[in-house]
Parts: sequence; C-alpha cells; structure tokens
Amino acid sequence: MANILELTDVVKTYQTTKAVDHVSFSMPRGSIFGMLGPNGAGKTSLIRIITRITQADEGRVLINGMPLNDDHPEDIGYMPEERGLYKKMKVGEHLIYLARLKGLTEKAAKDSIQHWMEKFEISDWWNKKVEELSKGMQQKVQFIATVVHKPSLIILDEPFSGLDPINANLIKDEIDNLRTEGASIIFSTHRMEQVEEICERIVLINRGQNVLEGGVQEIKQDRKKNLFRYHIKGELPAGILEGKEVIDHMNGSLTMRFTQERDSNLFLKSLVDAGAYVQGFEEILPSLNEIFIQTVREQGMTIEEPLNTPS
Amino acid sequence: MNKLWLIIKREYLSRVQKKSFILTTLLTPLAFLVFFIFVGFIMSYESDEANKIAIVDQDNMLKKAIKDDGNTFFSFPNAPLDTLKAQVARGEYNGVLVIPPLSDIQTKDHKLFYYSDDQLSLDVENAIESAVSSRIRDHKIATMNLDPQVVESLKTSVEIDPEPIEEDGEDISSMRTAIGAGLGFIMGIMMYMGVFIYGMMIMRSVMEEKTNRIVEVMISSIKPFQLMMGKIIGVGAVGMTQFLVWIILIPMVSVLVNLVFGFEPQQMQSPGMGAPQMDPDDMQGMVMMAMQELGSIDWWVIVPLFLLFFICGYFLYASLFAAVGSAVGDDIGESQSLTLPISIPVLIAFYIMMVSVRTPHSTLAVWASIFPLFSPIVMPARLAFDVPWWQIALSLVLLIGTVIFFVWLSGRIYRIGILMYGKKVTLKELGKWMFYKG
Repeated sequence: MANILELTDVVKTYQTTKAVDHVSFSMPRGSIFGMLGPNGAGKTSLIRIITRITQADEGRVLINGMPLNDDHPEDIGYMPEERGLYKKMKVGEHLIYLARLKGLTEKAAKDSIQHWMEKFEISDWWNKKVEELSKGMQQKVQFIATVVHKPSLIILDEPFSGLDPINANLIKDEIDNLRTEGASIIFSTHRMEQVEEICERIVLINRGQNVLEGGVQEIKQDRKKNLFRYHIKGELPAGILEGKEVIDHMNGSLTMRFTQERDSNLFLKSLVDAGAYVQGFEEILPSLNEIFIQTVREQGMTIEEPLNTPS
Repeated sequence: MNKLWLIIKREYLSRVQKKSFILTTLLTPLAFLVFFIFVGFIMSYESDEANKIAIVDQDNMLKKAIKDDGNTFFSFPNAPLDTLKAQVARGEYNGVLVIPPLSDIQTKDHKLFYYSDDQLSLDVENAIESAVSSRIRDHKIATMNLDPQVVESLKTSVEIDPEPIEEDGEDISSMRTAIGAGLGFIMGIMMYMGVFIYGMMIMRSVMEEKTNRIVEVMISSIKPFQLMMGKIIGVGAVGMTQFLVWIILIPMVSVLVNLVFGFEPQQMQSPGMGAPQMDPDDMQGMVMMAMQELGSIDWWVIVPLFLLFFICGYFLYASLFAAVGSAVGDDIGESQSLTLPISIPVLIAFYIMMVSVRTPHSTLAVWASIFPLFSPIVMPARLAFDVPWWQIALSLVLLIGTVIFFVWLSGRIYRIGILMYGKKVTLKELGKWMFYKG
C-alpha cells in the first residue's frame, strides 16, 4: 500500500454551505504533503474528517487502505490551528495525559516525552505549570503533544501561525527528521510560500473543491513560461537583445522569455561570447501562489479571501 | 473505557488537589459553626447596660419581691414619687415604675406607668411585664383564696399521637413526622446545592476548555461524548468527596467546639425571646424519643434511594449545564441567560420540596415527586414518610429514562457547541444542533 491517505469524493455540508465538495486526493506514505488554500476554503473541515472529529456526509476516506475506524486517531498526530493547553496543569503531567489519551502506557509516555524534552532542551520544564510558560514555549509543548505517540500520520494545521522564526525552524527540522523516520506529514496552510520548499506534493483547495493536485515540481514544470533570469555585471553588449523577448531589465538583472527552453542556453553563450560578465543564470518557475490564482481563474471560480493575509 | 477513566481521573484530581478545594472543604464546616455561634450570640445579645428600676407598688401587690431579670434590677424604695423622679433625673435610677391598685380584682387589663427619659428596650419591657403579671396573678390567687394547685391543674398540655387504622400498621409518633420532615429537608437542600454548585462547576470548566482551545486537541483523541461524561463523572466524584468530608467533619468539629467552649446548643435559642423554657426532664425524654425514632427509620432503604435520586438528578442537570457551557464559550452574560431555563425547574422543585416536607402526601407532592424534572429534589424529601412503592418505582423509571434522554441530548449539543466559535447562540439554535449529523 503506497498511499497512507486516500480521499474519494468526500462531501461535508454544514446547513447551507458546502464546506467540502467532492474532494479527492491521495497522499503517498512517507511524504510531506501540502494542503493549500485560502482561509475558509475547507481545509480544516477536511482535517476534522480525517481526524474523525466529524464525519463526512459522503465519500470514502482510507488510511493505509482501511476505512476510518476508532483505532485511527491513535495513529494520527494533530496540531489544530487553534491550539491550547490546560493552563493549571504541569507540563510533564499534561503531556503524559495527552499521550495516554493516544493509547500510550504511562511508562512509554514518560520515556517519549523525556526524549523530546531533552531534544528541545526543555527538560527542566517538567514541573512548571503551563501558565508560567511563554507563548513560544507553549508551542514547543504543543508540538511534542502532537508527535509524542509516534503517529504515522501527522497533521499540522497552520503550524507556523503565531510561531517565532526560531521555533518555526526548529519545527521544520523536526518534521524533516520525522519524515526520515517514516512518518507522513500534512501541512495545511494558506501561506503557500511557507511550504513551497518543504512539500513534495500538494493539493490546492478553493471553496471546498479540489483545484489542483500533484507533485510540486511537476506542477511548476507544467506551468512554467520559459522565463529565465540573467545576472550581468556591467553594460550589456550592444544589439544583443535584438529580436528577443525581454520581460524585465533593471539593475543588472535581465529576465527573458524564450519559445524554446534550450534557446536560454544559446543566449547565455552569445552573452559570454560577446564579452558580458554573467554572474548568475536561473530558470524562473511560477510560485504556488501564482499557480493557485491562475488555476482558479482558469476554472472560472472566485477566491473567497485574498491570499497571503497573515493570520 | 480506559480513556474515559483517564479523563475522570484528571477531572477529579485536578480539582481535588487544588489548594482552594482543600481549603473550602476543610473550612466550610468551620465557617458554618462560626456562623451559627455568631448568630446565636447576636440572637441572645441583651442590652449590656444595667437598668435600675424603682418600683412604686401602691397596693403592695408584689409584696416587695420580684426577681431581677438579667441586667435589670428592681428595688422598692420608700420614697414619694416626686423624690424618685428627681433621683431618676440625677441618674440614680433609670426609671420609676408605678403600679396603680387594681380597680377590681377581676380586671383583666392593668396599666403600669413608667417614668423615665430613656426609652425602655423591648426586651426589658417584656421582662417587666411578664414578671409583674405573674406576681399580680399570685396576688389575685391569694386575694381570691384559691388553691394554687387547683389553679395549676387547670392547665392541660395537648399532644396528638397518630395511630394506624389497621392493626398491623406501623405506629407513627408525631416525633417521627418531625424527624422525617427534617431529614427530607436536609436531603432536599443537599440535592439543590449539589445540582447548582457542581452543575455550575461543569459549565465553567467546559467554557474554559472551549476558550482555551484545548478542546480540539482533546477530541482528536477521544469522542466529545467521552469528554463530557468524563467531566460529569469526575466533578460528581469531587462533589461526593466534599460531601463525605463534611459529613465526617461537621459532627467532629461541633463536638470539638462543645468541648472547648462548653457550648450547649440550647443556649443558642435566646431565653430573652420568651421561648418557653423546657423542663430538663422533658428535654431528655425528647432526645431519647428522637434517638429511638431515628433508629426506627429504614436507613437501608432511604440512603440508597437518596443516592440513586441524587446521582440521577445530578446527571440530568449536570449534562444540561455542560451543553450550555459548550454553546457559549467565554461569554458569561450569555451563559446566564441560557442557564435560566435550567434553573427554573430546580427552583420550582425546591419550593415544592419545602411544602412537601409538611404535607408529604398531598397531590402536589405526589405528582411533583413523579415528574422527572422535579423528582430528584422532591422525592428524597418524602422518602422518610413511607412513600408507596409504586410511586418510587414509577418516579425512578421516569427519571432514569429522562436522564438517558437528556444526557444523549446534551451530548448532541455539546459535540457541535465545543467547535462553534463566534456565533451568538439562542435556544432555537441549540435545538437545531441536536439534529446535526456528526
């Protein structure tokens, strides 16, 4: 079974609004998967279906090829967008409680928590009350609570919202480690640029519908416009741009479009031959943000909320 | 099941280990005692000023003998009224009491005159009136040449002793009725307090979880219904613990206070209020009888039944409070308007309970103790009065059915409510949530 998660025609309706409208996608085991879309697109509704917080009205959800059942929550680690802790509980006690609710024994929970607390260098917090911790500290505790039971599927809903850069990097690194150890990770966010470099596969959701699904590189390659950027020091050789399509030229950065990809290299050669000093050369691939907006327009849909609104 | 147990444990321990819980549990019995001692002190408080009263007994009816009462001292100086008045003005006496001769030995109203610049306090006035009136009575008995013993024998104390019609029926004394009423009242009060204190505790805790945003983490591991039940059972256990501690502590503390202060409960009834002083022999007899009656009550029937009604009533109302808590989040004002519909039946039941201990077999009491929203409070109040078995059985069957229905209903509201943010909730809205799909 190659896919850890498979959704087929999942529908969820709240009163009058269709929060999830026939969404299908599959997620290969051991991958980092991005679920992207603006606020209110239906991402959280989908996650709540996968985590068995709510039930789908229609459609099928398979985890490791099995329809969702009561044992699955123990194999899922979920960090909700709105996350909190019991303020009066001590950190160690709290983590043990959450781990035991995920089916760990007292001892296994303790071992795993100590391991993670050492990793995050917060072992001395064990007896501190949650309310004594700063917000950044609480986020570390929440992350530990999400992964403490070694789930094979980890779902992070807007994991970086409200996270300081240090913690964000820490968590990115740990996500990588967990993936290497065999976990599959879903990132759900509306900040597409944040996950561009982490995710291998993505699904784009808008208004409850699946807009686009696939590998990040393939999607970008499919939608690239043969744009290339050259960084050149000094003046351009005269007349070299004749008959070429220039998109942008300023401050020694030259952006060109070619009908054939290989023409970019020919142009590079002609630049070098003409005596220009080329410091850099790169292909410009569209960002996921651009792809999302373009795809939504092509499909004749509207976006409910502007992208990139920091939450 | 294992996870439900974990939740119950956390809900229980997190409360029981709190300093505030330990303090309230230990200090409440003390506070009660201090309160009662204080009230007793206030009630028995008499004017602490000494009252010196000169009596001018124009017909010498009092024979120059009258008992001093508390801080009031009487004297019979041989001086004319005007001299005495001057002495009052100088402060040697607080006042002069003039007892005019009786116009007729058979007169029933007699006016005394009191000369003073100070107002007589109600207590002192009562004391003087009763002292003088009993002396005048003696005077009349003597003047009319009556035998005091004959006069005494005119008094008859009447008491009704209920007897059963059938011969094998239980002979119930009126003492039994009083004890039953007291017992019923205590059980009713406990139910009423239990429902409110612990229901509110559950509601606040659900609101906190929702505001805290811990709830979504929780229900990704367990079902909302488990979380709600765990909370209800855990808090219920907290309540049981508290009651148990109080049941043990209150008698202990009162015994201790008795030993230390030599404090007798009778003293709390103020003698100055004109309460009839009880003959010590009578008192002892009463206590003996009360003990006997207490022993004859079927504790093995009443206590388990009370617990059963208590648990049912608790689940019924606690689940409703949980549902309200889940619906409102952090809005205290909104929670108040939504708890009102829950409080009303509890309050009505409480008032019916108060009436039911006096008339335990009235139509109102019988039907209120069968109606499931009232029965947890009203039925325990009637248990000491030999309630027919069919009534208890019918009441319990209806109650348990209602409990199951309400817990289910609250679970439906709860599971939607805890994930619903930023929406003003109305009762109509709550009604709709019951029919939402998972």
